[in-house]
Amino acid sequence: MPDERPSDESRAQAARPPQLAPEERAPRGPSPSIDATAERDPDDVLAAQEKSAVEALEATGRPESARSLSSDAWHDLRRNPVFLISALLILFLIVIAIWPGLIATRDPLYCRLGRAYEEPSAGHWFGFDNQGCDVYTRTVYGARASIAVGVCATLGVTLLGAVVGGLAGYFSRFWDPVLSRTTDIFFAIPMVLGAIVFLSMIKLGSIWPVVLVITVLGWPQIARIARGAVLSAKQNDYVHAARALGAGNTRILLRHILPNAIAPVIVMATIMLGTFIVLEATLSFLGVGLRPPTVSWGVDISAASDGMKFRNAPHILLYPAAALSLTVLAFIMMGDAVRDALDPKLR
Amino acid sequence: MGRYIIRRLLQMIPVFIGATFLIFVMVYALGDPVGALFGDRAPDPATAARLRAEFNLDKPLYQQYLLYMRDIFTGDFGTAFNGRPVTELMADAFPVSFRLMLVALAFEIVFGIVLGVVSGLRRGRAVDTTVLMFTLVVIAIPTFVLGTTLQFFLGVELAWIDPAVSPDARFSELIVPGLILAMVSLAYVTRLTRTSVVENLRADYIRTAVAKGLPRLRVTVRHLLRNSLIPVVTYLGADIGTLMAGAIVTERIFNIQGVGYQLFQGIVRQNSPTVVGFVTVLVLIFLLANLLVDLGYAVLDPRIRYA
Repeated sequence: MPDERPSDESRAQAARPPQLAPEERAPRGPSPSIDATAERDPDDVLAAQEKSAVEALEATGRPESARSLSSDAWHDLRRNPVFLISALLILFLIVIAIWPGLIATRDPLYCRLGRAYEEPSAGHWFGFDNQGCDVYTRTVYGARASIAVGVCATLGVTLLGAVVGGLAGYFSRFWDPVLSRTTDIFFAIPMVLGAIVFLSMIKLGSIWPVVLVITVLGWPQIARIARGAVLSAKQNDYVHAARALGAGNTRILLRHILPNAIAPVIVMATIMLGTFIVLEATLSFLGVGLRPPTVSWGVDISAASDGMKFRNAPHILLYPAAALSLTVLAFIMMGDAVRDALDPKLR
Repeated sequence: MGRYIIRRLLQMIPVFIGATFLIFVMVYALGDPVGALFGDRAPDPATAARLRAEFNLDKPLYQQYLLYMRDIFTGDFGTAFNGRPVTELMADAFPVSFRLMLVALAFEIVFGIVLGVVSGLRRGRAVDTTVLMFTLVVIAIPTFVLGTTLQFFLGVELAWIDPAVSPDARFSELIVPGLILAMVSLAYVTRLTRTSVVENLRADYIRTAVAKGLPRLRVTVRHLLRNSLIPVVTYLGADIGTLMAGAIVTERIFNIQGVGYQLFQGIVRQNSPTVVGFVTVLVLIFLLANLLVDLGYAVLDPRIRYA
């Protein structure tokens, strides 16, 4: 049953292009007519064809044909509900991460053991956790650490990866073998594993060891993408033209290659941001990430799921986990929307 | 083909050396293996110095690494914290993790590819949107939240499964842990398959296959699927290493005594030979899996030839 119906679909979808093709081909396929009319006057024919091609282009309804990729993407994004919802959510989360006091007035570290595991009630909407802390306050304040880890780690990974990958792609003759092998080395170390080994050796309470280890182990993915993007951008005529005009490597890299190779890196970075937030929570669950005086979703979720403490009080797991999942969801959806806007091939 | 394999194997050598050296430096230079042997109390200086000399820890780092590598290639991985040789721990742990990996991989291949093909073929329809939303939600929820809650509901509330896996780790016990382990990758496989199917549906050879009147099933399976699977196979190959190593969370939740469990014990107890030994083997598995994937390309796509 499931086999039959999808393939029905495949035939329908596959059958559509042949009907479209002749109309599409008309303005585009000049080669046969050149042969046929070559004896007359090639210039005339070419001019006529160019004219018809321009007319065909104009007819397809592209009034501002000189729109750049980024403004084109922005044009699409503004109309994409997925992007709007995730962008609003992310904006809200960032505001909360910077000024948690806006919506939570209590102190996240003020706890009374007597109220441990208390059910949600008026004034304490999310109830109390195993230490008797207010879950709502801790969930709001937890945004800061989780988002800070995600944003800082993504910045680090993107910068390091883009520089290494970009150099490997641009100076491909000399640097590529060295940089690509280095990338392979870091790629061969599983992320969670390397992070645990590193973090168990370093005993610091702040978010920086976590950010550092994610940066050190996460950049190869970005580097590979950046290298590929630069390699293909390098082939373009405008790069050769810039070089012929005497532009130096720095200028070519920054002015010509960077704007044309950055799109896939941005998409990957947005999606990675979400996964880094999950990674921070996972490391905290394993006891090597952020440590208890720090208020973070990862710390709270791991405290709740450790030894099934959520058995009799599901709210202590539910709220921080929901906050974390929503955040990650927002970033991944944003990444998806940006990818669709920047890469028209996937439409 | 033979020459290609030899070249790839040669290329693996620097990567292998680099990756193991990195882990070695992290464990031996950042940690204090001798201090860890004494637990909370400070070691007696004379004993500590003797132990340092015994484990070659008084030599420069690169010499330590060379000596360690020499031992490894003669089959001596050192001793774990409980006095058992690390090789013995490996013989216990790797079969368990391998079974868990197989279960997870089976879930990924079956559900990931089927969901991906179905949603790719019905792009933009309700099925497609549902599947895409499902993958996003799965990626967004941390594995350990999913794992502990599922363990609680299936193992404690409903008592359908044992909450903890026995040391034998039979296949029947590994189904739920395998599913948990597979979840995130399953979502990625689904999305990757979907993208690939959508792209290939527009290809000329599909049009040709339909035009010459082949049965739908044959077009989907032989023409569409075979071409769409190439990026998916790459992902799955790279995932084998991640599944073996990334099972730390799953193995901890379900108390499976596999690679992740032993590794975590080694890390917590700062037993350097265990950590470095297991990671070395995992890096090797990762590199070999990637090589196998590249060779597998030639089977899927005859256009790719290795000379």
